[in-house]
Amino acid sequence: MNLRRTMLFIPGNNPGMLQNGGVFGADSVILDLEDAVAPQEKDAARFLVMQALKNVDYGNSEKVVRINPLDTFGAEDIQMIVPCQPDVLLVPKVESVQDIEKVTHLVAQAETAGQQPVQLIALLETSQGIALAYQIAQMKGRLVALALGAEDYTAGLGATRTKEGREIFTARSLVINAAAAAGIQSLDTPFTDANDEAGLYQDTLTGKEMGFKGKLAINPRQIDVIHGVFNPTPATIEWAEEVVQAIRKAESEGSGVASLHGKMVDAPIVARAEHILKLARRLGVEVMQ
Amino acid sequence: MSEASKRKVGQAGTLESNDVMITVSPGEEGSGISIELTSIVKEQYGDAIQKTLQDVVEEEKCRDIYITIVDRGALDCTIRARLLTALFRAGVVQKKEVI
Repeated sequence: MNLRRTMLFIPGNNPGMLQNGGVFGADSVILDLEDAVAPQEKDAARFLVMQALKNVDYGNSEKVVRINPLDTFGAEDIQMIVPCQPDVLLVPKVESVQDIEKVTHLVAQAETAGQQPVQLIALLETSQGIALAYQIAQMKGRLVALALGAEDYTAGLGATRTKEGREIFTARSLVINAAAAAGIQSLDTPFTDANDEAGLYQDTLTGKEMGFKGKLAINPRQIDVIHGVFNPTPATIEWAEEVVQAIRKAESEGSGVASLHGKMVDAPIVARAEHILKLARRLGVEVMQ
Repeated sequence: MSEASKRKVGQAGTLESNDVMITVSPGEEGSGISIELTSIVKEQYGDAIQKTLQDVVEEEKCRDIYITIVDRGALDCTIRARLLTALFRAGVVQKKEVI
């Protein structure tokens, strides 16, 4: 499963930002054809994003394109963008299984022979989408993650959007649980105040503690803060190594349960420790094998 | 009124840095391809920009077209995208042809 700690939005009609999108170190860049682009500029943004996909070096960042909804410009986006080989399409305002089925069908039609299959991430940003999160998450094949879009969601509810995020607690939980049950990733809504670093840190931490695997970002300045939250700390890595050593020792003595600093170490603790070590290895940190 | 003069003028892009503004006007039959270039980097990259524009119009099999371009330091791929958009808006090329 790809690492998606940060997915950075880049406006699709801004050549300067499109050409520099690869330098910020985000795990994914989202070349945005939807909200960042005025309706009369959709065609221009599509041509720019097509050229960017073919010519700009995004380094290690996964190339994601946020298309428009199918009831506006989505079908045209798919037809023109897919042959340019994005890694993933971020599909906005997904509200039903049929929405993903329709996109899947159009993507399959647009793919050229021999091209890598284009994956999908469903952006859930309406009350209907959140209510059907599990059904949507179960769509097999191309769907690799659910993402929460809290601005549209809370606007639709008539809820007040706060920095603390009490109003999206349930939606966050539903998205995380639906994705986990279906074996795909869950990605948290962006923090929209690019100047509030402390608020971003707290919001990211809340999401991570609830179970999100990454977060959408609206400004390159947000990347380091988000990575700082999702990256394992030296203390966490040390704990994980101790857990794995303890359980290995216990297993060699014929037991499935160990004790570490007076606390029980069993299968779920070991799984968490192994996940931390796996993440650390992927980030280039030397850890025990 | 001749057929050519009924065609639309197409414009795309902006005057922001890293971008380019391109206007295309389909010309009378036999008038050929004319390019009027203004660029902050004309001395260094004027020829390369002209070549990119020529390549795109040839790939799209355009003839008899007048192109005005104001460049603000755009990359080659941006120039291509903006020219394709302008040609598309002028009705000179169709979307499927540029995939």
